[in-house]
Amino acid sequence: MSAPAVTVEHLTRRFGTFTAVDDVSFQVPRGEIFGFLGPNGAGKTTTIKMLTGLLQPTAGRGTVAGYDLARETESVKRSIGYMSQLFSLYGDLTVAENIAFFAALYGVPRARRAERREWVLAMAGLQDHRDRLTQELSLGWKQRLALGTAVLHEPPVLFLDEPTSGVDPISRRDFWDLIGGLAARGTTVFVSTHYMEEAEYCHRLALMNRGRIIALDRPAALRAAMPAPLLELATDDSPRAVEALEDAPGVIDVGLFGRAVHVTVRDADAARAALPALLAARGIVVRGVAVVEPSLEDVFVALVHAAGGALAD
Amino acid sequence: MDRVRLFAVARKEVLQLRRDPRSLILAFLLPVALLVFFGYAISWDVTDIRLAVVDQDGGVKARELLDGFRASGRFVVASRLERTADIGPLLDRGRALIALVIPPRFDADLGAGRTALVQAIVDGSDANTATIALGYAQGVIQQFSTRTLFQTRRLRLPIAVQTRIWYNEELASRNMIVPGLVAVIMMIIAGLLTSLTIAREWERGTMEQLAATPVTRLEVVIGKLLPYVVIGLADVALCSLLGVLVFHVPFRGNMFFLMGASFAFLVGTLGLGLLISAVARSQLLATQIGMIATFLPGFLLSGFMFPIDTMPLPLRLLTYLVPARYFLVVTRGVFLKGVGPDVLWPQGLLMIAYAVIGLGLAARAFRKELA
Repeated sequence: MSAPAVTVEHLTRRFGTFTAVDDVSFQVPRGEIFGFLGPNGAGKTTTIKMLTGLLQPTAGRGTVAGYDLARETESVKRSIGYMSQLFSLYGDLTVAENIAFFAALYGVPRARRAERREWVLAMAGLQDHRDRLTQELSLGWKQRLALGTAVLHEPPVLFLDEPTSGVDPISRRDFWDLIGGLAARGTTVFVSTHYMEEAEYCHRLALMNRGRIIALDRPAALRAAMPAPLLELATDDSPRAVEALEDAPGVIDVGLFGRAVHVTVRDADAARAALPALLAARGIVVRGVAVVEPSLEDVFVALVHAAGGALAD
Repeated sequence: MDRVRLFAVARKEVLQLRRDPRSLILAFLLPVALLVFFGYAISWDVTDIRLAVVDQDGGVKARELLDGFRASGRFVVASRLERTADIGPLLDRGRALIALVIPPRFDADLGAGRTALVQAIVDGSDANTATIALGYAQGVIQQFSTRTLFQTRRLRLPIAVQTRIWYNEELASRNMIVPGLVAVIMMIIAGLLTSLTIAREWERGTMEQLAATPVTRLEVVIGKLLPYVVIGLADVALCSLLGVLVFHVPFRGNMFFLMGASFAFLVGTLGLGLLISAVARSQLLATQIGMIATFLPGFLLSGFMFPIDTMPLPLRLLTYLVPARYFLVVTRGVFLKGVGPDVLWPQGLLMIAYAVIGLGLAARAFRKELA
């Protein structure tokens, strides 16, 4: 078995009295798509900045691609690709100029530069736009170009900090196809997101809240670990239904989920029978009841509640 | 330091400069505009002094005296008055700077060998100009009386002074102003040019991307500096050429030495701009700090306007932080005196020290942010 691509032990970062990342430990094996899921302010970006050498940890240690974060920062930077939250290529350079610039910075050998450039252009679908100024491209294209420049030097580990924020759903799908392809060829991909549906693309997920990892597993396992069954009720007045069900017998947790109501219960069959009647007595019409597979969002909310905490933000 | 990365940064900076009209104007148009503007606007020569005359005598000698004033090239007779009472209003309005009263017995006194009196009334509100004007007036009158003396009694002057003025033979203030302006303008341009470049990277988020690559701080700082050094050298050459062709300032020194000194000066001043940029982090703030840090010290504390020797001690110490202070001595020396490193080596060394410290500080200011 080869060494893990990323190891982190008791990593902590404080800004004054605020602890952005609090005693975080995990390992990421090679070739894995490892996801960081959590609301804004949960500590995802701070963690990634520490792993990419942009920020010094206050405490704890870690390795990336086998190099120590504190002592071998230069080697770490050579072995990673990084794509930040905001688009950060040069808008006043053309596509080809941006690629050439980063190829030189990453030390891509001169002989391989043309080949790598063509590879990135093909990957991003920008062969016909190589001489256009980057600022004129659509956001989806910019995003793919940023990904391409981040892997110009074929780094073993790739860090993506909310790479798809603001991108339309179709571009987002294309983007994840590219990431899947990179991982299939052995690149370790470390990605943060606050889109729950994107988290499903990850092999493993770390759920982060208030600087701590509150769960870490495969998406399916996280969902299966939901302790109690989940019912979805369609009603004509969901906010009032939530209120009515809060203290009802057999109900563990209740919340709005879109226009429907999600209820965590002790016994699914008993609740299916009892809850519609209970609501009807209050004058709320129930149009349907179903046992549903919990989404990652349900899992996330349940875990935060179980930990007795509140969501960041 | 990796050469590939260094030149990649420099090349990128050139590409961005080429597409940024604002920077191009700042780099090439502004120095020329400033030189032409200030070169024509600033002059410490006192010429065409407006003279008001009250000639109560009207004799031949009085006319000869007035001719002496005209022939000096410094005075123009702006008005002739009948009464001394009219002098006041004229000086009040600034129509004349100096009024000359020639009394009725002027010709007669001269002919009789008595001392004739003339009265000069000067507008002293601008003390500097008044002193100079009065000096010229006394000179003219002195000459006139000496000549009169020789004509009437055949005497010989006991001592004759033969003066020769070196370096600026015509004593034209322009010859001193233009080389000084080159130094002051280059300080302003160099400080402003680079003050934008790092702040821009922070503002657009590209700094974060740079920081995640293996490129080092010194590579970024020096790589960014290279194109601006080339631009700065071109500006110095351009300004020198304009000084010679448009303002007819003599250029007696060695162009290569001037370029070498300019290089040291530019590295230091551009480094100062980079430092401002790294600290300010926003283009607007960086421009404002850049303006304040270059314009006023450039003009006031470099020795361009006021001699440093006569400044109070705290100000004099402050001038050592102004890179134009050293460069100004070099440009004046090279243009007018034609001197080289044998004379100007202290300034050269100080500029090199300034460059090393400036670059070091810029790289350090940068390090804190990236760590």
